[in-house]
Amino acid sequence: MGSKESVLPPAAELTDDKLLEMYYAMVRGRRLDERMWVLHRQGKVAFHISGIGHEATQVGAAFTIRQGHDWVYPYYRDIAMVLALGMTPRMLMLGLFGKKEAVSSGGRQMPEHFSYRPSKLVTISSPVGTQIAQAPGTAFASKIKGSDEVTVVCFGEGTTSQGDFHEGLNWASIHKLPVIFLCQNNQYAISEPINVEMAVGHVSDRAKGYNMAGVSVDGNDVLATYDAMREAMARARHGEGPTLVEAITYRPVPHSSDDDDRTYRSREEVEAWKKKDPILNFEKLLYKRGVLDDAKKAEIEAKVMAEVNDATDYAINAPYPAAEEALYPVYGPLPG
Amino acid sequence: MSTHERTITIRDAINEALFEEMERDDQVFLMGEDIGVAGGVFKVTSGLLERYGPNRVIDTPIAEAGIVGLAVGAAMTGMHPVVEIMFCDFTTLASDQIINQAAKLRYMTGGQCAVPLVIRTTMGAGRRTAAQHSQSLHAWFAHIPGIKVVLPSTPADAKGLLKSAIRDNNPVIFFEDKMMYNQKGPVPKGEYTIPIGEAHVYRSGMDATVICTSSMLYPSLEAADRLKEEGIHIEIIDLRTIKPLDERTLIKSAQKTGHVLVVDEGYQSFGVTAEIAARITEGAFDYLDEPVRRLGAADVPVPFAPALEDMTIPSADQIYSVIKTMVS
Repeated sequence: MGSKESVLPPAAELTDDKLLEMYYAMVRGRRLDERMWVLHRQGKVAFHISGIGHEATQVGAAFTIRQGHDWVYPYYRDIAMVLALGMTPRMLMLGLFGKKEAVSSGGRQMPEHFSYRPSKLVTISSPVGTQIAQAPGTAFASKIKGSDEVTVVCFGEGTTSQGDFHEGLNWASIHKLPVIFLCQNNQYAISEPINVEMAVGHVSDRAKGYNMAGVSVDGNDVLATYDAMREAMARARHGEGPTLVEAITYRPVPHSSDDDDRTYRSREEVEAWKKKDPILNFEKLLYKRGVLDDAKKAEIEAKVMAEVNDATDYAINAPYPAAEEALYPVYGPLPG
Repeated sequence: MSTHERTITIRDAINEALFEEMERDDQVFLMGEDIGVAGGVFKVTSGLLERYGPNRVIDTPIAEAGIVGLAVGAAMTGMHPVVEIMFCDFTTLASDQIINQAAKLRYMTGGQCAVPLVIRTTMGAGRRTAAQHSQSLHAWFAHIPGIKVVLPSTPADAKGLLKSAIRDNNPVIFFEDKMMYNQKGPVPKGEYTIPIGEAHVYRSGMDATVICTSSMLYPSLEAADRLKEEGIHIEIIDLRTIKPLDERTLIKSAQKTGHVLVVDEGYQSFGVTAEIAARITEGAFDYLDEPVRRLGAADVPVPFAPALEDMTIPSADQIYSVIKTMVS
């Protein structure tokens, strides 16, 4: 793995404009995420769980998904992905603060439990792995209905130790369901490194046990992830069954705002991975291809920061839900 | 505080109990997610890996069903696994191993096998971690024959009860309130245990009884302090264990005061408060001046936004108001 820059030429449909959209999507995820950390450190929000370092995987995948057509079960780190799939910085900021207007739940659910019906984003579960059992059910429904929807379910490598992983993959393969299992392997299940989590070299090795296509890619390379996902999409869309895609990446930040990663890994290790930062990687490639230059980069940064500032201000000033809103909707529709 | 005590946190009290029991019995071992190198996400198991090594302090994959299944298998051979499930919300993933296996194996084998297993897990809201990290599911397990359910509220009780749980020859689920780990209190020096199944009359009073569990002791005390200034004396009983239940202590107090409020952080419907109310009604009906009152968590998933979350959990204000209406 170990990427400096992509060895792949961009796929034909990835025009220069498309490449710049991808870059913008990655920077947008990163800057919004960084602001969320700041707000937590300032004591303005209770909790943050971050997707920093995962942007290449998430954006590469998102650009293969038909927004609003395909179903997506995001990973709780999928900030860049859900932004690329139609959620806005304001929506995510409102969720971070638990404000009334937050689309995912109106302050009922934790911030990164993305749930957004227009983009067919299905909410996260805190006990992990449950979505891996659900996603083949969604794909099964698409198959029965004769729709060409594909379901993408995202999770970390730690989650692949859960029983639901086995049950979901087994089902999906038996019925050749249009589902993609996208594992964002960031090397750690909170404090536990991968050798404590599994005895196989790659999560994708497990695909063999289900007679399913399995592939590992450099998850810090947006084009590599895009290509692997595009192939998996074609397979799913044409009724040829599921794929297990493992995007190998790294979490350069603590598990969450409650975690201190200094207790379980060296600073040297973290610094080494920061040199393989997915955004820097992609920047290099775009400069080399003449798609990006200093002026364009500054323009994108300014645009993103304006959105981040707007989202922050908007969310800070937005009202919290009234206490009695806690009592519904446990059953039935929202009143009014 | 006597010279035989010192003040420590619940976190440290539990940590001490684990150290002492691992030292006492080499059949005791720990399993759970992030409990080794990181010392647990709530830092309760700090230092144990360094002292007892990776064969007795095992960082497991994220696999709750597997963790409890393994522990049941080891326990049947006579070992004493102490498992940590990070949040009781995640015990659902291991529910078959707990409810159909651990709880029933002794009975199903006609007593040929025992499952001396302890599951330590966290309960309680207030941490702004919403629907799947904040529940208090102890009543579920108390519903199942074959399991003991312990939920201490003070450092001394946490230590003494955990030691008893580890020495027990049955599956015990030990609930720790995640917001109380920093709660300090006096803990005896040296060896002691507290028996499972005994409630603690935390404070005596004549006017009304408050029966509470786990962290609900603290808002109950706060309410009682306010009422005391008004000349109303509340008896506070901390259950400490809900299965087995110390029915005698509860009924005795109900007979004395004639007014009973039960406070518990589990969902109110079909929960601990309902069971206690029924037992008291059966055991002290003729002594009661009014029906047993209940305060539990609102029957909704625990929400995230602070204002929403706070209104779902019993508070000192609520306890105060309910008692006022009872005794006036």
